[in-house]
Amino acid sequence: MSARDTILARIRQASRGGSVDTAAVIGVRQCGPQPAPYADLTARFVERARRLASTVAHVGSRGEVPHAVVQYLESQNLNRAALCWPEFLDLDWIRARITVAARPPEPEDEIGITGAFCAIAETGTLMLCSGRDTPAATSLLPETHVAVVARERIVSTMEAAWALLRQEHGVLPRAVNFISGPSRTADIEQTVTLGAHGPARVLIVLVG
Amino acid sequence: MRVAALNFKRKARQSLRNARLQSALGKIQVRFVQARAEAIAGLDDFAGVKRRATEIRENVLASLDAWLEHFEREATRRGAVVHWAETAADANRIVIEIARAAHVKKVVKSKSMVSEECALNDALEAAGVQVVESDLGEYILQLAHEAPSHIVAPVLHKTKDEVSDLFAQKHALPRKTGIAELCREARDILRPHFFSADMGISGGNFLIAETGSVLLVTNEGNGRMATTLPRVHVAITGIEKVVPTLEDAATLVRILPRSATGQDITNYVSVLTGVKNPDESDGPEQFHIILLDNGRSAMLGTPLQSMLRCIRCGACMNHCPVYQNVGGHAYGWVYPGPMGSVLTPLFAGLANTLPLPNASTLCGACAEVCPVSIPLPDLLRELRHRQSEQDLRPRLERLSLRLWVWLALRPRWYARATSLASRVLHGLGGAKRRLRWLPGAGGWTDGRDFPAPAGSTFRALYRARKIP
Repeated sequence: MSARDTILARIRQASRGGSVDTAAVIGVRQCGPQPAPYADLTARFVERARRLASTVAHVGSRGEVPHAVVQYLESQNLNRAALCWPEFLDLDWIRARITVAARPPEPEDEIGITGAFCAIAETGTLMLCSGRDTPAATSLLPETHVAVVARERIVSTMEAAWALLRQEHGVLPRAVNFISGPSRTADIEQTVTLGAHGPARVLIVLVG
Repeated sequence: MRVAALNFKRKARQSLRNARLQSALGKIQVRFVQARAEAIAGLDDFAGVKRRATEIRENVLASLDAWLEHFEREATRRGAVVHWAETAADANRIVIEIARAAHVKKVVKSKSMVSEECALNDALEAAGVQVVESDLGEYILQLAHEAPSHIVAPVLHKTKDEVSDLFAQKHALPRKTGIAELCREARDILRPHFFSADMGISGGNFLIAETGSVLLVTNEGNGRMATTLPRVHVAITGIEKVVPTLEDAATLVRILPRSATGQDITNYVSVLTGVKNPDESDGPEQFHIILLDNGRSAMLGTPLQSMLRCIRCGACMNHCPVYQNVGGHAYGWVYPGPMGSVLTPLFAGLANTLPLPNASTLCGACAEVCPVSIPLPDLLRELRHRQSEQDLRPRLERLSLRLWVWLALRPRWYARATSLASRVLHGLGGAKRRLRWLPGAGGWTDGRDFPAPAGSTFRALYRARKIP
């Protein structure tokens, strides 16, 4: 008997044949208690994101994104060479004097510009889906992560985010990453230090 | 990791005298206990979330076979390979086989307590594979050749100065003293390993049956790197970790980081499904998921089943007055504190772990803070009961209990014996009415005085006051 059969047989014997229609249980989509609806999703998102040490900038339209990014880079004394997802190649980066490239990250890349599938107000979290044009490493390897999010893509909770993903994509991408601020560690003396292995800085540019 | 739980008392005594360790343990109160209390207070309906989390975990255990099969079917459909391991040795063998088949020379690891349970690093190194731990805490332990002392904060027992010394010695770089500088140094040293490793190994906080996904909660980002950059990803986790849906995972993620570190959510929550598509620039080409039993299925259908609900948040140890004072190493294995005192005897055998179920005051703090309502004191009591039933307790203890039983079944003798004992102890107590030493109870009187009895027994008082 294979290890699989042995383990499953042991479980069946212990639980005395209680069977369940797993597909039916999944179909119910029962949710646990969720926070009361937020009067202002954007305000909640911004407040929570800042609490997690993300920086938040607002712009009125997509075209203003490069300006908001360069202002941030200047304030942090950062270089102006960035990596981005292809969806942002059409923006006027030249006027903001930022050079961008849409390619997989190399170890020396310092800034990664991504979009987000949506954002979650409850915790100030970004939800990113991996894919051909949305590589996961762009939000991970560079020390500075810039995420461009449309304001109407802010949802209340993780449950709402899953519902939106099901509605728009059907199946899960290889990696769904929920990102809540810069990477951190508290392993040494339980003292929080930002910039562990992932980005040390996160700028969220809210559009709209 | 070898089980060394029999020396609990000796190690606990050493820990209490270790000033460095005591100062490290002193941080638990603010960093974990207070942080959790604040995070829980910030949640709209903590009691409701906890109730639902408990229900999700318990429902899965009631039909674990069906949920595991559902998970396996979905994961396989997305291109992952699901392996089943009956024992830790089987799990190690499977990882080594995967490594050999894929010509893996270097493994980069994200933190995984199940891999510690299997002593996977030793097995891989014996098979000629280089292993690099990338979680900062686990990396420090690997350099120091030490075991974790906490399931969430593995180097809780070490001070900053110890890490400074260790890094200076192992990295051959100028000694750093600031915590941020130390983190930076580790980041710089570890970064190239993510790019050169052939395999990434992670644990799995939850397995999602609906989608065949592995969910990881992490803070440092190393978990994401280890599962994104190397061409092979192996996730190793216990069979009990499966949950039905993404919605269930959302409920559990609402309560796990809050209970563990007082965070509303960890920096990263990654839901990983299948292998990379040919048109994607990152992600592993092979995704292996190892489901480890190692004694878990034997807990199903027994009074200890509720222990399988555990989501490894560490709240029970953070709030345990014993753990807070002796730290994790005294418990002698991967899992310390109240959850460890239940799990270790079940994984390593009751006889090899005699002190553990007794290393608790049964104050109930652990059950109070458990996000999935595991009645830990009841489980510890059940293990004590089993020790007694299997005649594993020390001879003298067994004899004295037998004597007490004999006496308790004979009320007249019992009354005389207690009345005599009460009078003698009252006399010995003297004017201070305290006893500094009590025959047969040295363990109790070593740390505090025993209040001397009043000299008369309840029966005597009752008889004297009874209205005729």
